[in-house]
Parts: sequence; C-alpha cells; structure tokens
Amino acid sequence: MSDVTAEGGHGAVPTGPEIPVEPKASTARRDWPLYEVFVRGKRGLNHVHVGSLHAPDDEMAVHAARDLYTRRNEGVSIWVVRAADITASSPDEKDPMFAPSGDKVYRHPTFYEIPDDVPHM
Amino acid sequence: MSAPTLDRPAAPDEAALQAQFDATIAADHRIEPRDWMPEAYRSGLVRQIAQHAHSEIIGMQPEGDWLLAAPSLRRKAILLAKVQDEAGHGMYLYSAAETLGADRADLTDKLIERKQKYSSIFNYPTLTYADVGVIGWLVDGAAICNQVPLCRSSYGPYARAMIRVCKEESFHQRQGYELLMTMMRGTDAQRAMVQDAVDRWWAPSLMMFGPPDDDSPNSAQSMKWGVKRHSNDELRQRFVDMTVPQAEVLGVTLPDPELALDPATGRYRFGAIDWTEFKQVIAGKGPCNDERIARRRAARDDNAWVTEAATAYAGKHSR
Repeated sequence: MSDVTAEGGHGAVPTGPEIPVEPKASTARRDWPLYEVFVRGKRGLNHVHVGSLHAPDDEMAVHAARDLYTRRNEGVSIWVVRAADITASSPDEKDPMFAPSGDKVYRHPTFYEIPDDVPHM
Repeated sequence: MSAPTLDRPAAPDEAALQAQFDATIAADHRIEPRDWMPEAYRSGLVRQIAQHAHSEIIGMQPEGDWLLAAPSLRRKAILLAKVQDEAGHGMYLYSAAETLGADRADLTDKLIERKQKYSSIFNYPTLTYADVGVIGWLVDGAAICNQVPLCRSSYGPYARAMIRVCKEESFHQRQGYELLMTMMRGTDAQRAMVQDAVDRWWAPSLMMFGPPDDDSPNSAQSMKWGVKRHSNDELRQRFVDMTVPQAEVLGVTLPDPELALDPATGRYRFGAIDWTEFKQVIAGKGPCNDERIARRRAARDDNAWVTEAATAYAGKHSR
C-alpha cells in the first residue's frame, strides 16, 4: 500500500517505492559524461587537445564540439573521447617514468662530433 | 599472529611537494591539472575561474536583449555571433574549472543561489542600441586589458582558455567601435545616443578592474602565484591610456572633468571612482541583479526538458 502525499499542487498522489519517479530536472545534466575534445587545425597537422565538454552520447559530443571549438574555421576534423577512457601517466611517478631517456644523450645528433668541413651532415 | 605488513608506498612528503610546486612557479612554468598544488591555490582558482565563467554567461543577457531589435540583418548576425561567443567563453572557463575538481552544474547552482559572483558590469541595463556598441568598445576593451595578461597565468588550463577567449574578444571590441563610428556619422539624435551611452558606461567600466590595490584582499597572493600578473590599478590605468585617444577619434567626451594627460608620465590622470556604488552592485543591489539571476534560473529550470530529452535519446540509441 502506497503512502499518499500532496505534492507540487497536483493533489494527493501515491509515493510508495513501486511508483516510478521522474528524474529530477537539475540532475539529468550531471549524469552526462565528460568528453575531451581534439581538433585537427588543417590537413597535415595532428589533432590537438582543445578542451572538454559534457554530452549525453558520442554523436552529440561531436556536434557540441563543432559549435564550441570551431566557430571560426579552427578545424577540419574533430575527435571526442570520454575522459574516463583516457589512461595517463601519473605526475607522481614522473621521475621513474621519464628518467630512462634522460641519461641517453647518445640518442641525440649533437652527441656526435663531426668536423665542420664535412658537407651535408 | 599479526597480519603481514603491506608494502605501501611512503606517504607523499608535503614539504617536498610544496617545494616542487614553488620551483615550478619560480621557473615560470605552468601548473597542470594532475600536479600537486596547495589547497588555497586550487580553491582560489576555482573561485576566480567560476566567477569569470559566470560573467561570460550572465554577460549574454544585456546584449541579448537587443537581438530581436537589431536595426538591420547585418547587425543582427554580428550580435548573434557575439552573444554566442560569450556562451562559448563561459564553456571554455567551466571546462578549466572542472580540471580543478569543480562540477559544472554545481557552479551554475551556486551562481543562481548567489553564493558565487559575476562581474558587476552586467548589472547595468542596456537602454538603447548605442549601448551594444559601447559595451563592445569599453566593456570588452576593459575585458581585453584584464584577460591578455591571464594568457600567461600559472595554471595551464586557465591560460589556454584565455588564449582562445582573447582571440575572439578582438572581434567584439572592433564590431562595437565600428557600430559607434557608424552612429557618429549619422544624425544629431544618434550622436546624442552614443554620448549618453558613454556617459552611463564609463564609470562602471573603470570599476571592472576591481577595488584599488590597497583594498584588494586576494591580489597579493594571486600575484605571488602567478595567477594574476598585474595589479588592478595598473590594468585600470592601461585601459584609460588606451581609451582616451579612441574616444577622440570617435568624437565623444569621456564623462570625467579631471581626465587629463600628465606630461611628466605620459599617462592620463582620472577622477575618483565611486566605490560605494561598486560595493552596492557587488552586494546584489545594482539596477539589474535580480533580473539577471532570475533569467539564469529560468534558463536552467524551463529548459531542463531539453537536456532530459537528449538524455533519453542517448539512452535509447545506446541499446
């Protein structure tokens, strides 16, 4: 048996747990996932991260990204990806993560001394 | 028998983290979202970025009032593009605030509940179409003065958002100035309309830079952390110096009898600002505060069905 209450000026309505309740208006937007947006500025360039937005699904995220990040021909292609799907290196492990390349100076061309008069090198 | 001790990583040493943060700031490098930062740096930035975002969003209203009354299709298209940009600027900024752990919908609720503020300037009414031009020239001009140095703010996402905003802001100022030049070439009544708008917007524009340096509680720490780069008074002075010659070309009088070039410094002296009015407007007692908040609340509540419909659509198509 449902409880009954006067709700929102619509008269007495049942309120038991079996009665479906409409989602609260202001909470719908909160559930939209966060998308990170990447734009290719022109042909020949990489996609570059430009910012983020919330959208209910992938397709609407692309449309919203078009409106938000390319109002002045800033791009020829857009990627969106759910922020939750990105795996990133952690700033806490910065040293162990990037240190291995720090002491390998021989990987750079300037490590090698070549006489000035050797052409095209 | 006791349980074996787990091999936990040592708790991060707060002093070491603070030292690393300080070194990044000292080297004028950027702080990025996943870096450790002092709680006051994070919360101060959320406050500043949210306030900035709210200003862009509320800032759509004074000019938006003229969208249906624009005098030509050309002016209407320009104004639509401008108001759409303001929405975009708000979104870039909310996006930056979210990298600090803030929630966008929550920030909007705080604005509507008046727990967070927005720029005092948007609490003044737009009485004639000349106001649209003056807002572009003076209000967006002042915003440019404020925002250009923020492109070098120490917090990466904020600085990057500001770079996008500044690129678009130049269009805003130029369309405003061109609108005013067109009116100044028109009839006496149109010229009077421009002068009247300048008379009403000049002082509020100067107030946009915030309280004087000796009465600006958050400034010193913000400067130390590289969030802010110049003091309120310095930016205000820059704005005056930039604007006076523009007023001369336009042929309007800035409403300040004390405005005069100081030959010793090459800068313009200007009269005292009515900080009582500023404080009143910030406290919610400006001419349009209630109207602005009421409309923002209506936009959230009355249009909620749109987001609900989009959510329902997405739900159906994901199955």
